[in-house]
Amino acid sequence: MREIIIIGSGPAGFTAAIYAARAGLKPLLLASSVEAGGELMNTTEVENFPGFPEGIQGPALMMKLQEQAEKFGTEVVLDDVTSVKLDGDVKVVETGYSGTFEARSVIFATGSAYRKLGLPDEERLSGRGVSWCATCDGFFFKTKTIAVVGGGDSAMEEATFLTRFAEKVYVVHRKDTLRASKIMQDRAFLNDKIEFVWNSEVVGINGENAVEGLTLRDTRTGLQSELPVQGLFVAIGNDPRVHLVHNQLDLTADGTIAVDGRSSRTNLPGVFAAGDVIDAHYRQAATAAASGTVAALDAEEYLAALDQVEHESPAKLAADLVAAE
Amino acid sequence: MSNAKAVSDASFKADVLDSEKTILVDFWAEWCGPCRAVAPILDQIAAEHGDKIEIVKLNVDDNPETAMKYQITSIPALKVYKGGEVVKTIIGAKPKAALESDLAAFI
Repeated sequence: MREIIIIGSGPAGFTAAIYAARAGLKPLLLASSVEAGGELMNTTEVENFPGFPEGIQGPALMMKLQEQAEKFGTEVVLDDVTSVKLDGDVKVVETGYSGTFEARSVIFATGSAYRKLGLPDEERLSGRGVSWCATCDGFFFKTKTIAVVGGGDSAMEEATFLTRFAEKVYVVHRKDTLRASKIMQDRAFLNDKIEFVWNSEVVGINGENAVEGLTLRDTRTGLQSELPVQGLFVAIGNDPRVHLVHNQLDLTADGTIAVDGRSSRTNLPGVFAAGDVIDAHYRQAATAAASGTVAALDAEEYLAALDQVEHESPAKLAADLVAAE
Repeated sequence: MSNAKAVSDASFKADVLDSEKTILVDFWAEWCGPCRAVAPILDQIAAEHGDKIEIVKLNVDDNPETAMKYQITSIPALKVYKGGEVVKTIIGAKPKAALESDLAAFI
């Protein structure tokens, strides 16, 4: 049986792995098959991760984190976790193709998934103009007019990035102020190709075989209007990825895994959680990395305490005495 | 990238449309992270089901004509061609099990 399994391969998962590996726990990190590296794999320049004054590309940062984790003995498996059994002393983790793994402790660092608008035509037109990934799909919108929905950092980043290709980028936001950081706001405000559509929400995506326009609703007056665009990039936030632990771990009202105070301890002993899956608010690469650190230290402490108990148990003491004689 | 044979704007008709086989075309680009992620999975599927479906790849940067013709706006895009017609479109990188279930009719 293993000491520790880490599920997730973003900054939280890999940082937990670096700490656990340096503590000699030989962690197994289940990285997922197609989403290894997590959300940063779909970003371009990361300018706010400490230690990279020149900035670093998201995928390059993730490769460095993985390299650092492997250097100290982390085993990385590119497979998806299909189910987990977390109660009891032995945690059981099943994967798609690599079999079943057992460990004395588990860290969940499964991050979050793009939130959808929840409109009827969103699914039908996805890949036909509706996208969640500007870096993946922006290229196909050369000289087109597109809209980005959202008011946070990721919406500003996507809008700014998309001006490399698009003729014009509308940013559609429900309020008249942005949640995005000042530097990202300023960058978007200064960009000639970006126009803000304030106090508006998308209530319809129109088009037969491809996106042709959006139906917007003014959030103050309720009046509807049409915005002709050929693409729609959705950047309205993320939902914590907790489907594996439903009915096993306590969740918060935000849908994140509930942890004890500033620790990473969930309601089950030996089960820890870190990164975006416990954080609906800050959601930064650096906070996720810090959170992964906390989880690895909590797990280390837990495992050391278990060893202590095992060592001091009467049966173990008796066995030690017999062995000594 | 995947080990699949590369097809191009020039060869698309002969390699894909006029082929007697069922062909899956992986529309990809160098800069697309999810394309890189799905490539080894496509190699596995090619190795296991190569008798039923041939997998080829088309670089959308180098072959804009075909990408535009098939209205590619999101990659990876996997399109299955049979008798010159698109019979299935899969958008985005997916785990092997999900791809196999999407392709169940062809493998």
